[in-house]
Amino acid sequence: MVTFLFYVFAAVAVGGAIGVVISRSPVGSLLSMIATLGSMAAIFVLLEAHFLAAIQIIVYAGAIMVLFLFVIMLLNLGHDYQKDLKVGAFSLVSFATVGAMAYVLSRQLGAADLSDSGPGAAAIDAAIAQHGVVGAIAQPLYTTYVVPFEITGILLLVAIVGALVLAKKNVA
Amino acid sequence: MEFQPISGIWAIVAMSLKVTGMFTVLMLVVAYTTLAERRVSAWIQDRHGPNRVGPFGLLQPIADGLKSLLKEETVPATASRVFFVLAPMLVLAPALVTFAVIPFAAPLPTPAGVVDMIVADIPIGILYVLAFSSLAVYGVVLGGWASNNKYAFLGALRASAQMVSYEVALGLSLITVLMLAGNVTLTEIVWQQQQLGMWFAFPLSLAFILFVISAFAETNRLPFDMAEAESELITGYHTEYSAMKFSAFMIGEFGHMVTASALMATLFLGGWDLPGTWDNAFWYDGQLIKGFAADGTVVLASPALWKTLATFGGFAAKTGFFLLLFIWIRWTLPRFRYDQVMALGWKVMLPTALAYVMLIGGSILVLDEVGVPWGFSYGAALTAVSTVATVGFVFFLDRGRTITGAAAQYAQKVEVKTISQPASAGD
Repeated sequence: MVTFLFYVFAAVAVGGAIGVVISRSPVGSLLSMIATLGSMAAIFVLLEAHFLAAIQIIVYAGAIMVLFLFVIMLLNLGHDYQKDLKVGAFSLVSFATVGAMAYVLSRQLGAADLSDSGPGAAAIDAAIAQHGVVGAIAQPLYTTYVVPFEITGILLLVAIVGALVLAKKNVA
Repeated sequence: MEFQPISGIWAIVAMSLKVTGMFTVLMLVVAYTTLAERRVSAWIQDRHGPNRVGPFGLLQPIADGLKSLLKEETVPATASRVFFVLAPMLVLAPALVTFAVIPFAAPLPTPAGVVDMIVADIPIGILYVLAFSSLAVYGVVLGGWASNNKYAFLGALRASAQMVSYEVALGLSLITVLMLAGNVTLTEIVWQQQQLGMWFAFPLSLAFILFVISAFAETNRLPFDMAEAESELITGYHTEYSAMKFSAFMIGEFGHMVTASALMATLFLGGWDLPGTWDNAFWYDGQLIKGFAADGTVVLASPALWKTLATFGGFAAKTGFFLLLFIWIRWTLPRFRYDQVMALGWKVMLPTALAYVMLIGGSILVLDEVGVPWGFSYGAALTAVSTVATVGFVFFLDRGRTITGAAAQYAQKVEVKTISQPASAGD
């Protein structure tokens, strides 16, 4: 059942990713991307990473993509479509790079041991039993890794302030 | 008597019954909320409202549904057809699935085992609700955009900005609840309220107010119905929709209202909990317990059919209260201006919610350090802190306009009367 569901969501994720590239309207691309993000969240659930799945939907599908949609709708009212994919040396290099990456990935995955009994699995199960699904992530995040976590927060704050400063400059 | 959770084939039967039952009840409640909205608005405006179809107009929703099914479906010639058809579905689906994680009654004992009165008790609980309600905005935005109509598009733009803005305040006010309950599943939030001896509306009163305001904004109900705003934008994002597609938008809106009401009842009014400890029940170490004795041993719960029915009645009453509040406020308050909506969201709600998270977090830390046991005194201390914060917030928001303003106006009126009478008498 889990394997079957995995293939369903994996198919939707890959289909959505292709849809992002080939869709004729930007809104179609955006919806395909949401489908991809949603399927990724479903795959996280199949891996029993419930919290990650919820955050994936809340942050990416629910907030960031809404802002994308907002911007797309404001900039592109006329549903117009311009073909910008030109066959040339650049696209050949792109496809060659993607092909090489796919080859390396498939070789690695083919050789790897994909059973779920890694060294960390027992530790993760114990942490979830003790602190719950959210607590298992919150506990190390706010104790062991609190300094990197706070630094990340400051980095985001700096980015926000920077964006505000740039926006103000353009107005004046 | 030992109670075991239901298992085997009977668990599947119970689950199927819960899913179908939940869907049916939800659709019925949505249908009758549309009727309640029209009847209550009529009473508020001193009219009769729809009272012709069936006794007291009780069959009106069925007539409305039939009418929607039989009417002509129109699609504007310039609309993007795929997105135009997709949008009502995107509004409808999140509204119907979010109810799955809300517990609606005390566990029901059956001969085959105890059945939890919740469709899916998943470990992320409230985050699931947030995830799906955050997807609801796509239906509204796509509907407005795909119609290729300026008014519909304006409605969609307003909806997306408003829903993203108020989601922040909604999430932040929720954080205090999660801090106090120490967990994200709604069954445990109900259990912690039972153990605290009071509903979270008291120790977290300001979060309650912020959550209710944000819920109004998230469901696009007046005074936050910027997306529809019929006097400015015809009907906003669903201007071009007709027949069943229009109905789907309506069902989605009312479904969101029902879910939001049930969520507010669960988070702040104890969910299905009724006053007293007789109905308490929670799965702890494989046992259905009522609470802990003074020496730390567990006291087993005694679930019963009448307890399940009574607690379901309590849950329905609390949800119904919030539904009535939604309707009541819609027909009482005028609509905000768009800039007022944004100013309230970003300049008032967000800072207040942030400060309140700090305040409650600090208070919980102090109470834990001092060693106050989890119980009534713990709740009372938080209630005192929150009451000060709430009164301060209300007076800041008011700024001498409504509460003090009305009192001042009244005093002025009385004064004018006493001065003018002798003057007219002197003439």
